Amino acid sequence: MLDFTQQLISGVALGCVYGLIALGFVLIYKATEVVNFAQGEIMMLGAFMSVTFITTLGLNYWLSFLLCVIAMAILGAIMERLVLRPILGYPQFSIVMATIGLGLVIRALVGIIWGTDDLRIETPFTDGVFKIGALVIAWDALSIIVATILLCAALYAFFRFTRVGIAMQATSQNMLAAYYMGIPVKRMFSLIWSLSAMVACAAGILLAPITLIHANLGFLGIKAFPAAVLGGFGSIPGAVAGGITIGIVESLSGFYLPEGFKDVAAYVVLLAVLLWKPQGLFGLNAVKKV
Amino acid sequence: MAHHVRTDYGDSDPLFPSKAAVFWYAVLIAGLIAAPYLLESYYLSQLVFIMIYAIVGVALNILSGQAGQVSIGHAAFLAIGAYFTAVAQKYGLPLVLYLPLAGVFTGIAGYLVGLPALRLHGIYLAIATLAFAFIVEEIIARWESVTNGNEGLMLPPPSLFGLKLGTEGFYYLCLLVTVLVVLAAINIIRSSTGRSFMALRDSETAARSMGIDTARYKTTAFALSAGITGIAGALYAHKMSFISPEMFSLSVSIDFVMIIIIGGLVSLRGAVFGAIFMIMADPLLIILKDQLPLWADMVTHGLYLPDSVNQAVQAGVSRVVNAPGLKSLIFGIIIIVFIIYEPLGLDGRWQRVKAYFKQFPLARQRSARPPRMFLKSERR
Amino acid sequence: MTFFDVKNLTVKFGGLTAVDNVSFGINEGEVFTIIGPNGAGKTTLFNLISRLYTPSAGQIIFRDEDVTRLSAQQIAGRGIARTFQNIELFESASTLQNLLVGRHRHSTTRTWQDILRTRKVREEEVAHRRAAEEVMDVLRLQRYRDTTIGNLPYGVRKVIEVARALCVGPTLLLLDEPSSGLNVEETNAMAEWILEINRRLRVTVLMVEHDMSLVSRVSDRVLALNYGKMMALGTAAEVQGHPDVIAAYLGA
Repeated sequence: MLDFTQQLISGVALGCVYGLIALGFVLIYKATEVVNFAQGEIMMLGAFMSVTFITTLGLNYWLSFLLCVIAMAILGAIMERLVLRPILGYPQFSIVMATIGLGLVIRALVGIIWGTDDLRIETPFTDGVFKIGALVIAWDALSIIVATILLCAALYAFFRFTRVGIAMQATSQNMLAAYYMGIPVKRMFSLIWSLSAMVACAAGILLAPITLIHANLGFLGIKAFPAAVLGGFGSIPGAVAGGITIGIVESLSGFYLPEGFKDVAAYVVLLAVLLWKPQGLFGLNAVKKV
Repeated sequence: MAHHVRTDYGDSDPLFPSKAAVFWYAVLIAGLIAAPYLLESYYLSQLVFIMIYAIVGVALNILSGQAGQVSIGHAAFLAIGAYFTAVAQKYGLPLVLYLPLAGVFTGIAGYLVGLPALRLHGIYLAIATLAFAFIVEEIIARWESVTNGNEGLMLPPPSLFGLKLGTEGFYYLCLLVTVLVVLAAINIIRSSTGRSFMALRDSETAARSMGIDTARYKTTAFALSAGITGIAGALYAHKMSFISPEMFSLSVSIDFVMIIIIGGLVSLRGAVFGAIFMIMADPLLIILKDQLPLWADMVTHGLYLPDSVNQAVQAGVSRVVNAPGLKSLIFGIIIIVFIIYEPLGLDGRWQRVKAYFKQFPLARQRSARPPRMFLKSERR
Repeated sequence: MTFFDVKNLTVKFGGLTAVDNVSFGINEGEVFTIIGPNGAGKTTLFNLISRLYTPSAGQIIFRDEDVTRLSAQQIAGRGIARTFQNIELFESASTLQNLLVGRHRHSTTRTWQDILRTRKVREEEVAHRRAAEEVMDVLRLQRYRDTTIGNLPYGVRKVIEVARALCVGPTLLLLDEPSSGLNVEETNAMAEWILEINRRLRVTVLMVEHDMSLVSRVSDRVLALNYGKMMALGTAAEVQGHPDVIAAYLGA
């Protein structure tokens, strides 16, 4: 039972990271109908940037966190402007390929700038543990869970109470109508990409202490697909719930099932869910009008 | 400008658009037949790779270009074809039997993958194929009794009717298979099946209202595409003579999609152009690695920059050139540039160059970009 | 023989009853028109008949056969073809290819025969082509034969959609607002073609239409719907004069 709880908690922590990456997918997909295959690489870029700020420049963790997020917000807007804006309205297949290309470029650049060795950062949570009876929870894991809750609350408030947030919602529901209402739709797209890059960056920095930072970290983005799909690809709470589900499934199957299942467990769950509910667990199932 | 006068509905969709085309394709085939006598073995080997990639390109053209279904997991079908071949050869099946059977077996796998596709659209389908590819890769890595796991399998050289196929023999086999696959694909596209694929791609609602069983044609498209990829997998296994799971990873699937993105989705020619591009990229990259420091040197010397700058530039260049990710950097940039500036691919460019010369000097700069669809939503 | 009968057809979307207990019959050879204000359920009724939507209750009978539970493609296979209000053509294909897709139910070849392009495939291709050319002759579409739909003006596309539906070889043709988006001349031409299709090709026509002059010109009988319910059924003049219909349009 203790093992189970222990695995469950580490699963939830990992799942929160998946959920945050999936959140990035969902933000962009809701607004622009683009599925960003580079989301994992953007997260990785954020993690590597934190290495530069914390280890190389020796800055304070919290200040570095802030600087990374700001830098990624700018980079996110630049990516949107350079790669996605010119192909707005193209078939989805082309756009997906463009984001895959973007991911390849980011991964290669990370390799050229930071090298291919595993890196690590010192955080205020390193090595700290939290004990309840025999149960041991690492500060790292706890920090991820708490940060995810805070981020979700912040995003909720942003979409609910700010003008920009409401404008973004309007854009994602009906681009043309939002445009006619005087919302600068193109600027909204840049903002959405900024926002999504910021979330990804936060996920990357939170993840860094538990996995090490390396050039294949971006593949976690592909693991976050099942999370987003389970959540129905259009729902922010759905993405986090999907992420946590995948995290738990992976953690438990890694512990209880033979070797090898851990890596594909997420995809098996994904295929099963898609066969059962083609629009994901929280997806809308509307029929196209003719 | 040449016009073609047709007098019979029967030749409305001929195999070749004109007499000139017949001539040029004949020249091409003759050249390819003569190739083993003219080319060094390195180039012959590159040609074989091009043909294998072209077969995969044709398979993806049918699925994505014609039927509008997305797959970013086609490496899995290549793997299934390749492992089928290795196992069949081990059990002593002759090549004439296991080559088509590899196609049939993989086609059945494709049919099974097509079943969820009936209920999935756009991005969900793409992600489902991705998941399928990961699962296949993992199964191959774990099913050690058959696949020998991560150790991989060695394949003896192929033999046809008891005769061992040498390099030339295998080249001719690949050429024959490529030609047959291309002919089959042309026949599909200009038939009722091909038109149903097209209908599926452009409007599923209208297709159903025209009496097209969309479920049947989606699974058919998947099965055909997978089957053709399986045959390519059989050839690939023999070409490499060693197969292991990591040869069929996600990046291979992405390479395959690049074939049709770079070549162009509209026609089969695009698949061949894309295959040539993808295979020739490697040798070009090696040349680039050798030449780039020399060029940088020429530039810095040409500008009479001080030695310190020169050294800094050389260090930077060598860092980029020797970076492990250089290939993916260049490929990534190529994908983005092609999608933004050449959405119809190399084939689209080729068509425009041809049109320019045909209409010379009357040709105008015309936009060949596909119309943008701001209102058309894939969200339902 | 019952040619076409709709009995107590009902469909509910959540709490909304879009089509409410609608019953009517169409005689072979007539032009039957459904009119009604926006949101009256006309297109929904069409989508029910062509089985893009599933009815909640009721029956659809076509030539003595209950077709209520058939799939959309089977409906087309029975010879019921349709057009769409907002044009659903295959945009990236040529006019000819669009019409050939319409011939789908007449092709009997299997996929393997298509791959080998057997003699049977070649013969059928010729037959399809001939049929498509005949339809193009009737609707005067020859000059657009090889043009991609995406490059054609709206009015022409509207006609091509009718042509594609004719290629199905229908006994019952459903036209969803054939004149919407057309100018006066195009609407006149459309009226002529509807009559020609009905009289010369002997195809029964069921259409949804707003343009009352077109409706009176071509329809044998008219059904008025409002809020999914039947208001009036009769000749164009009778229905137009019906007090409920006047009230619905003028908003009394």
